[in-house]
Parts: sequence; C-alpha cells; structure tokens
Amino acid sequence: MKILTGNDLLTGLVTWWDGQGWSPHVDDAVDVGDEAETILAREEAARRVNASYAIEATRDEAGKVRPAHIKDRVRALGPTVRPDLTLKPAEPEALNWVI
Amino acid sequence: MYKYDNYDQEMVDTRVAEFRDQTRRRLEGKMTEDQFKPLRLQNGLYLQLHAYMLRVAVPYGTLNSTQMHALADIADKYDRGYGHFTTRQNIQYNWIKLEEAPDLLADLAKVEMHAIQTSGNCIRNISSDQYAGAAADELVDPRPYAELLRQWSSFHPEFLHLPRKFKICVIASDTDRAAMRLHDIGIQIVKNDAGEIGCAFYVGGGMGRTPMIAPLIREFVPLDQLITYSEACLRVYNRYGRRDNKYKARIKILVHEMGKDEYARQVEEEFAHLLEQGIEPPLAELERIKTYFQDPEFKTGLTDKADRSDENFARWVDSNCMPHKTPGYVAVTISLKPVGGIPGDASTEQMHVMADLAKEYSFDECRVTHAQNIVLPHVEIGRLNELYGKLAEAGLATANIDHIGDIIACPGLDYCSLANARSIPVAQKISQRFAENGKGETLGQLKLKISGCINACGHHHAGHIGILGVDKKGTENYQLLLGGSEAEDTSLAKITGPGFDEAGIVDAVEKAADVYLAQREDGERFLDTYRRIGMDPFKEALYA
Repeated sequence: MKILTGNDLLTGLVTWWDGQGWSPHVDDAVDVGDEAETILAREEAARRVNASYAIEATRDEAGKVRPAHIKDRVRALGPTVRPDLTLKPAEPEALNWVI
Repeated sequence: MYKYDNYDQEMVDTRVAEFRDQTRRRLEGKMTEDQFKPLRLQNGLYLQLHAYMLRVAVPYGTLNSTQMHALADIADKYDRGYGHFTTRQNIQYNWIKLEEAPDLLADLAKVEMHAIQTSGNCIRNISSDQYAGAAADELVDPRPYAELLRQWSSFHPEFLHLPRKFKICVIASDTDRAAMRLHDIGIQIVKNDAGEIGCAFYVGGGMGRTPMIAPLIREFVPLDQLITYSEACLRVYNRYGRRDNKYKARIKILVHEMGKDEYARQVEEEFAHLLEQGIEPPLAELERIKTYFQDPEFKTGLTDKADRSDENFARWVDSNCMPHKTPGYVAVTISLKPVGGIPGDASTEQMHVMADLAKEYSFDECRVTHAQNIVLPHVEIGRLNELYGKLAEAGLATANIDHIGDIIACPGLDYCSLANARSIPVAQKISQRFAENGKGETLGQLKLKISGCINACGHHHAGHIGILGVDKKGTENYQLLLGGSEAEDTSLAKITGPGFDEAGIVDAVEKAADVYLAQREDGERFLDTYRRIGMDPFKEALYA
C-alpha cells in the first residue's frame, strides 16, 4: 500500500495521512492509491504538513501498518536509543518492530 | 573570553528580529517552504527525522558558565531536557518547534550566542584546540586568531554562497587535537627561523565521501596578512570550485584536480592583488581581541600532587587530565561517554552542573571538544579530588578519554534524515562490550569513530578504528575501517573488507582489538601496531 507522511509545520513532529487529516500514529495511515500527489499538493498548500512524501508500507491482519524502509519506521516510532521519547515509552519491545 | 561589542550584539539582535518576521510570514502562508527553507537553514534550523533541529554555534568551542547555563535552560524550555554536543564543537537540539525558534534565538542572543552560519554553503564555525590557552605545548593561544577569522567570515558578503560549506581550524601546537588537516583550511600558528610568529596554511582537507588530507600550501604567512591570505584562498575556491556537482564542490576536490602547486600559485597571485587593496584589519584589532583572551589570574606555589589513594580517582586523573602550561594546574576533560550512554548527549541537569563547576573550578570557562566531550581548562591539581567527587555525583566522572569507550558517533539514523544506519546503538554496544570484558583499559589509546552515512560527521575515516553505516538492500550494514588518525600523524583509515550486521560489527571490533593485544610491542598504541603489521593479520582474524 502507498501511505503519506510528513512533518507538522508548527512542531516539526512526524505525521501520517489518515484519510481526513494528519495523525501522529502510523497505524492510522490509509492507502492513498494513486491520489498521493493530489493530496500532498493540497495539504502542503494549506500548511497542514511540511516536507511530505509518499512511501510503500504493508498492513497486517491486525491492522498494524509497517513502512517498508527502516528510516520511516524510525520516524514512526521515535529514536530507538531513547525509548522514553518514542510514541510507545511503556513498550520497550516496540523497538524490535523498527529493525 | 571574547565579549560582544555593540556591533556584534546589534547584528545578532537584528538577525533574530529578521528571522521572527520570516517565521511569521511562513506560518501565515506568505512564504512557501521552498522560499523559507534557505532562510531557516541560514539560522541553523534543519528539519530532521522527528522534528526541527537547531544547531547552535559555539565559537572555537569556548563557553562561559552563563552560556552553558543558558544552553541548559534552552534544553529545558524548548527541547526535551537534553542537548547533543557535536564533532564541530557545537550543540544541537533535536525537538524544536518552528513557532518557538525565534524566541529561542532571542534567548541565545542574550548570552552572546547564535546559530548563524551553522548551515549552508558558507564559512562555518571556526574550530580550535580545546586546550587553547591552557596546553603546555602551545606556542600561543590560537583563539584570538580564530576570533579574528570569525569576525571576518561572519556575514562576509562574498562568501555566503560558496560552492559548498567551508570549515576552518586554527591550532598553535605541533600536537594536533583538532583534526586540523581534515579541514578545508587548517591553520597552524608557527614560529619561523627569525623567531617571528605567523601561520602555516594547509588547504583542501576534509572527510565526507572523498576524504583527503590537506597539503601544505604556504609555510609562513605573517600575522598581519592572515585575513588577506585567507581571503585569497577563498577567492580562488569561489571562482573555480565546482557548482555543477555538489559531490565535487568542496575545495579538496579543486585542490586535488588543479594540483596543490597550481592552486597555491593562483592564491599567491590573488594574494598579491589583495595586498594592494589593503583589506587586512589593523594589527591593533588583533591586539584588542587578544585582551579578551589573557590568562586568568593563576595562583603560584600550588601543589602539583593530588591524593591518589582512591583507585578510581587515580585512573580518572591519568585518563582525563592534561598537562597545563602553569604549574599546579591541569586541564580536565569531562567525558560525555558513560558506559552504554549516547556519545555527546548531556541532560539539562548535567549542563547546569558543568556550568557550576566551570565557575567554581575553572575561572568560569569550559570548552566543547570535537570528540564530543567538555573541558574545564584551568583546574588546580589540589582541588581535583573535590571536583571528581562532584562529577561522579552527576554521572560525569567516566575515566575513558581517548580510550575505546570514548567513541565519537554522529546522531545516525536515530535522528538524521541523511543517515543510512544507526550509529548510537553500535557505540553503546561496543562501549558495553569493552566495559564488561575488561579490555577497555588494557587497550590504552584507541580512538573509535562511527558515522551513519558517507558524509562522515562521525569522522570514521580518522578513527584508529572507524565504522561506517551503510544501507544494504534496506537493512543496516557496517563497514569496518582501520588505521585512521586525526592527529598530527594524520592518516585515512582503510576498509577491511565486507561489512557486518549490528551484532557482527561489535564482534569484529573485539577481534581487531584482540589482534592488537596479541601483537603489540612495548609502548605501541593500536594505531602503531596496525602501521607496523599492516592490514593482513586483522583481515585473517575478521574473515577466518
């Protein structure tokens, strides 16, 4: 599947396109098919996202989304060397998901 | 240390106001990101993996306690309670909000600091010896010359759009502690046969994807021609440096392709022309700057012995204290590399502690080193026990300077959008491995440097052992390099062979260390043994 990501203009934090708006959680990301360019152009122009781009990802049976590239998995979770600063500070095993 | 005059302060304050207006216009939609990006970069604000990252300039690595406290306060107020000291003697914050960046810069300006020219194709922060003004082996204090160069290069209209970024280093001793010959321009303050002080110019060094050691371009430039000769070096580069290919745009490529002799000839030609123009600031300006770098009031008659009965303290003294030019004093390096820690990171609390200790024990001064540690340059030997106790309480008393645990590591894929692999976890695992197996101290001086991509911010080319993270079909892979040095015996490390995965690279480093331990002769460092026996014994152990 193809999903969209970028950074919030104000905070710089990582965001994922959920079909209606932008979410900090990668699992909210939706498949945009061939609409990527249209959505990104509109959202960038409205200053709802910055430095946005489309990536390949997969969704498992439980609905969990996994970006294809490790760089985007690091972005989705947070720095692997500071679990306390990730989106899942109470789940140290989440770091294994990145690798 | 240097104090801003009215011009300095007004320039920095004006720049903050300008950036505040630019940010407002961006947030109101009056500027696109394409228009805004070069403006934010000119103020040190990058967009990295997780958020905006701000790189703050620390001129030649020198800070007073007020500034270090301010850096700590910024970490607390605008970031997530920590900062990262870099291989360019700067500090970076990883979680900055765009809307708050102008306020942050205003807070920095209040303590005579800024983030100007920490990005972009301009002359970056001037780096220097972290022991400047303290080292027993220096000819003079190099910082006044670095400051003069800083003033010349700040907002220099001709050099704000160079073919690529440009890094200058100034040292004043034969021992190189600042990787001088791996800079675009490396300047060594020297004395000629007539006993006059001047500058030796090395031009065209650098790391990155094409590492090169800067050749000597001119043995002696009189002090009253320092700026003129620097200007000539930059002018020739600005005219002929390649702008068609960013990977071939650094001055090292120009000097290499043109040949150092031809480059030097053209610089001489330009230099002669510039001498006629009279662009050199009067020597009185250098003398004015020097007044800010006079020695503090060192005491006399101090003891040169500390109580070494505590084994851990004695080990720390041997590892972390450097001889000082003044009897009774040493320069102390505070390691920011605890076992298993993140190289170069310091928490808000630790920064406050270091600021307080600089005030109490080191005449209100501290330094950032290119090895991502902090130096207290002037500490009485008789007060070392007391200082050590306070550092230990703050988790800052690790005894490992220039040992295998004192690893240089770039932020890598945990933070950096350019990286291909993570650097920090590898550094953590190596540091833990050698703490657990007890070999760390036995190995003696062994400089290990890790970069998460070919851009080499972690100086892997200059490591006795270097590690380069690469992307191998979507997974992290690590190449091992041996034999580099950033010191006066500058050399570039060579790749051993096929790379390793994350666990494999830690084992590989241990195997390389074991080869050294088995083959070393009396007094040899790892690097000396490697140079004597060559790569083959290491390859045999690594790929058997």
